[in-house]
Amino acid sequence: MQPIIRVHNLSKRYRIGRVERYRTLRESIVRSVAAPARIARAMFSATARDRAHDAERHVWALRDVSFDVMPGEVLGLIGRNGAGKSTLLKLLSRITEPTAGRAEIYGRVGSLLEVGTGFHFELTGRENIFLSGAILGMRRAEIQRKFDEIVAFAEVEKFVDTPIKHYSSGMHVRLGFAVAAHLEPEILLVDEVLAVGDVAFQKKCMGKMGDVARAGRTIIFVSHNMASIESLCSSCLLIGSGRLEAQGAPAEIVMRYMTSELRGHGGVRSLVEHEGRRGGSIPVMRSVSLHAGDQVATGIARMGSPFEAAVEFNAPHPIRPALGITLKTAEGMPLFGVSNRWTNQGADAQRVSSGTITCGFESLPLMPGTYLLDLHFGDFGDPSRDLDIIRDAISFEVAPADLLGTGMLPNPADGPIFWTAKWKAGTAGR
Amino acid sequence: MPHFVIEAGRGSLWDALVELWAHRELLYFLTWRDVKLRYKQTALGALWAVLQPLLMMVVFTVLFGKLAHVPSDGLPYPIFAFAGLVPWQFFQGAVSQSGASLIGNSQLVTKVYFPRMAIPGAAVGAALVDFAIASIVLFAMMACYRIAPGRGIVMFPALLALLAIFAGAVGMWMAGMNVTYRDIKYVLPFMLQLWMFATPVIYPASFVPPGWRWVLMLNPLTGIIGGFRSAILDRPFDWLAIAVAAAFTLGSAAYAVWSFRRMERSFADVI
Repeated sequence: MQPIIRVHNLSKRYRIGRVERYRTLRESIVRSVAAPARIARAMFSATARDRAHDAERHVWALRDVSFDVMPGEVLGLIGRNGAGKSTLLKLLSRITEPTAGRAEIYGRVGSLLEVGTGFHFELTGRENIFLSGAILGMRRAEIQRKFDEIVAFAEVEKFVDTPIKHYSSGMHVRLGFAVAAHLEPEILLVDEVLAVGDVAFQKKCMGKMGDVARAGRTIIFVSHNMASIESLCSSCLLIGSGRLEAQGAPAEIVMRYMTSELRGHGGVRSLVEHEGRRGGSIPVMRSVSLHAGDQVATGIARMGSPFEAAVEFNAPHPIRPALGITLKTAEGMPLFGVSNRWTNQGADAQRVSSGTITCGFESLPLMPGTYLLDLHFGDFGDPSRDLDIIRDAISFEVAPADLLGTGMLPNPADGPIFWTAKWKAGTAGR
Repeated sequence: MPHFVIEAGRGSLWDALVELWAHRELLYFLTWRDVKLRYKQTALGALWAVLQPLLMMVVFTVLFGKLAHVPSDGLPYPIFAFAGLVPWQFFQGAVSQSGASLIGNSQLVTKVYFPRMAIPGAAVGAALVDFAIASIVLFAMMACYRIAPGRGIVMFPALLALLAIFAGAVGMWMAGMNVTYRDIKYVLPFMLQLWMFATPVIYPASFVPPGWRWVLMLNPLTGIIGGFRSAILDRPFDWLAIAVAAAFTLGSAAYAVWSFRRMERSFADVI
């Protein structure tokens, strides 16, 4: 199978800084008159300062990006703001020209770079559907044919002949997306448009995007919503500072992005000296390391994956180790506590002076975010007190994962705990 | 073979014209939008398409016809002036709307791809609609004055085509220039005003001393608007002027398209 898009060394450079956006004729005339003097000066004193000065004037929004896209692939583009993702879409949509490199496109392209492209406030919903559809590339007959579907999707049947300046912002966004969603190009380029609108609307968008993907169209999708990237995309590109940093399966690339983004301390922390150690504690705990399902220590755990905290200790005399862990939100609110004291696991352990005690979870019921651990270490034989207590011993991040299979996660405002429920619908009276 | 290749500096003129034709429905929609928006929420609506040349005619009749006694080729001054003002208003409207069109549609330029020529093209289209309405009034006026168009009326479509092409060329060039040089929006009204006086719209070509008439001919609108008057009011054609105008028109059209395509590359970045 041949790729449907081939990108080779695509690059885009912009001028920045002191160069004025709008030139006036007067300035252009003055510049050309002064040109001989400028050129002479440049010839005689091409110092590094001047060259650096020139470099300041340009920024490479995209540099030497190369990749292929296969037909039917749903490619996710992720990266920080300003990394160059939108620039790449603009180049592929032919809105702006590349500075270097080339892209070959073997299909009709439809671009969804913003919702409501071409809308004019004074025109009615009906008129705007035709106008926007034509601007996005649909033929009049096609728009005519899909008109009712579009209106139904947007849920604006009653208002279709009212000027859209009277629409609510929700209706506006729904209408814009409805028109764009009924485009049928072979290649669809989508830029974070799904970030707008309320929850019900986003659900509709995700559903529609899923339909389009299942119909075999190729989609390039830019988003900051990692769950939707994981849910929809078959492969993923990580763009950073204008360059292609990584390419691969969505889960892997998302993890890589999150790891580089979040303040990673690698999941290991020395506890020999720790500012959170409570006065009166003996520094028994030496270090703590966090693991998310494998041997490598990491400061980031995905939702739903196994999680382990291993504490290395060195006690002044042989003890049976007892460890309690309190899990708190980044703000310090305790969520739950676990300890081997209450489970009697460890009651039969050997007395040792040093070793490692590990606390493992099958999965953490936590929403994406930053969390803290308090550690309480003691001797099983002495239940009344702990030898070593460290508050906020180590922090870690929970990365989003598509646990519900829909690309959506609960509202973070509902709290930090992730819990699932089974739903049943029935008639009144059960 | 790829559908298209994206590369710096790519795209021939022929490809551009083929693409524009493929987007002709969009051109229609943009024209329709411009026309609709022009008169939305106005009290008089499309009547303005007629009132503008009509009011100008009244002013000029009083000033030039009655007070200054400018000759009018043997015709009553009002109809003489109106027959010149209608095509002139089309040209003026097309060029000023075109000039501002790209800036006015900056949102489209940065978010969606389609041949950018469609934007000034739509402005010319909208001005054509106004021209059509004003022409109806013109023919009504002729009926009032009992002047019938002669055989020369067959030239009307050809002259209209020439006028539209020239207006499109000037408008397109202005539109492109305006994106980079914002001075254009100040220069344009002034330039158009001067141009009107440099064209025999409200005075006949014969008004200018014979030795200087060649200067008038350098202005393609002399030939075209003079031709309009001849076609409508059954007067002899100045074939030399029309030929010169046609040559200028086609030349400027070629230049305007070439220049626009070059400027087009950076529209989305500069606008």
